[in-house]
Amino acid sequence: MSPDFLNTIEVILNGLMAGVMYSLVALGFVLIFKASGIFNYAQGVMALFAAMTLVGFQTGQVPFSHLINAVFGTSIHSFGWTLPAVVAVLLTVVVMILFAILVERLVLKHLVNQEPIILFMATIGLAYFMEGMGDLMWGSEMKILDVGVPQGGSLWLEEFTAGWATEGSTYYGMYIDRLDIVATVVAIVLVISLTLFSQYTRTGRALRAVADDHQAALSVGISLRKIWVIVWAIAGIVAMVAGIMWGAKSGVQFSLSLIALKALPVLILGGFTSIPGAIIGGLIIGVGEKLFEYGVGPLIGGATENWFAYVLALIFLVFRPQGLFGDKIIERV
Amino acid sequence: MKNHGTSLVSNIEPGQEVLSVQNISLSFGGVKALTDISFDLVKGEVRAIIGPNGAGKSSMLNVINGFYHPQEGEVFYCGQKRNAMKPHQIAHQGIARTFQNIALFKGMSTLDNIMTGRFTHMKTNVLQHAFWRGPAEQEEIENRLKVEEIIDFLEIQTIRKTPVGRLPYGLQKRVELGRALAAEPVLLLLDEPMAGMNIEEKEDMSRFILDVQEEFGTTIALIEHDMGVVMDISDRVVVLDYGKKIGDGTPDEVRNNQAVIDAYLGVPHE
Repeated sequence: MSPDFLNTIEVILNGLMAGVMYSLVALGFVLIFKASGIFNYAQGVMALFAAMTLVGFQTGQVPFSHLINAVFGTSIHSFGWTLPAVVAVLLTVVVMILFAILVERLVLKHLVNQEPIILFMATIGLAYFMEGMGDLMWGSEMKILDVGVPQGGSLWLEEFTAGWATEGSTYYGMYIDRLDIVATVVAIVLVISLTLFSQYTRTGRALRAVADDHQAALSVGISLRKIWVIVWAIAGIVAMVAGIMWGAKSGVQFSLSLIALKALPVLILGGFTSIPGAIIGGLIIGVGEKLFEYGVGPLIGGATENWFAYVLALIFLVFRPQGLFGDKIIERV
Repeated sequence: MKNHGTSLVSNIEPGQEVLSVQNISLSFGGVKALTDISFDLVKGEVRAIIGPNGAGKSSMLNVINGFYHPQEGEVFYCGQKRNAMKPHQIAHQGIARTFQNIALFKGMSTLDNIMTGRFTHMKTNVLQHAFWRGPAEQEEIENRLKVEEIIDFLEIQTIRKTPVGRLPYGLQKRVELGRALAAEPVLLLLDEPMAGMNIEEKEDMSRFILDVQEEFGTTIALIEHDMGVVMDISDRVVVLDYGKKIGDGTPDEVRNNQAVIDAYLGVPHE
């Protein structure tokens, strides 16, 4: 095999892995949008908040320590323990569930039957509130997230593939980040379990029922409020997983919340209402931008990854606004 | 919370009152949808609610199943005065319904749609569902059996796995009836179950309704426009017009009621 061919394969593989990371974020959007018709602007901040909380628990930080110190003139920062990653993750899950309950009690409950734009505005407010809350609780400095996910290139893969190239050419094997491999496995497990859950359990069916028709769901005895709490909790947990993966990659800091922006083109490609759409949309964008950067990038000065996804989304908006898998909206006139 | 309709209705004999509405008035802003309406439903009967378009028939069903809360009047259910409740709580009391414009879960299969009808009879919680093995699985199997019985009853075995959005109109109506039946309701509310059907489909649907009444002893309230069907299958009829009750009695009594004839045929304006 020629090195060029192998390089292209490596680019595609890396693209798929990057795509999985985008899909993880997009998934949270789709879950909430399907169940309640809300475009949750706060999804990215939820990922940031979850990652901050996780680091905070793990390193034994005292929540609100800056506030407490400023008010009482004390100087406490840490409980002085470190928790194992598993415990910290479980605690974060609990926090995200509590968060879902609070959102329902304090926000959604009061906005039932409002226009989508009003709910959207509410989630913008929520995003800024959470951002501030996260800073207040855990401090705004950049944190390092380490839950034991391996990092760096996979040496095994590099050595394994190094001999594939034709004799005499210089090829050193494929470089794939182990973190990306873990993220892919985690995402696959997450999606399969979510699918099984929604197909074969009472709660899962209720989630789908609410996504389809609120009135009918009420008439068979489903409480919308309970379902919203469950959906937001699941979206919170998905956000946490995304936060862990992205946080491990690039540190936990404010810019983590901007990964939500990268999920937008994914949603436009995949459709806002389709879980398979979120995954395939993510993969297409991941592979597309890496291949474009590899093939066309050098000709036009590079850095195409910054805008490729958005241009692709724009093209889709013009020719197929419902996305690849979204429901086509047909209205009777 | 689990469906407690059966225990609520257990001390009501056939022929005794299951539900009654008393002096119900409902308005939306300045528009009066219902004015001072009272009637009752006795156990095991088919009770038709008829009237011209805009008479308030659907509003009446929406009051009974909790979508609307009347400004005045009371609802008595199984001998007790009913407090204002959410529709999903009322579903847990054994009241199931279908809708005028089919409200199925379009993306789901026939089977899944009817399974959602079992919602109030399943009691495992979301944590148990997350682990799946054990109680959740057991409960799923038990309820699936019930659903298969209903699928057999309605003769829709062949469309079990079809997404309902793809089914023809008549079958969708039948699946919607199936979803309501899956709740094993004490009181079944049918909003125009035969609208838009051809004669054959109407006959099938009438037969199913009568079978439900006979086999399960379910009390049924139905809204229907086809007078032939109404006269054939209902035991008693309530007639509404402009939100007021203008007739109540057996099909024969209603047919000969002058106010009803006027409402349907119109009266010349002097």
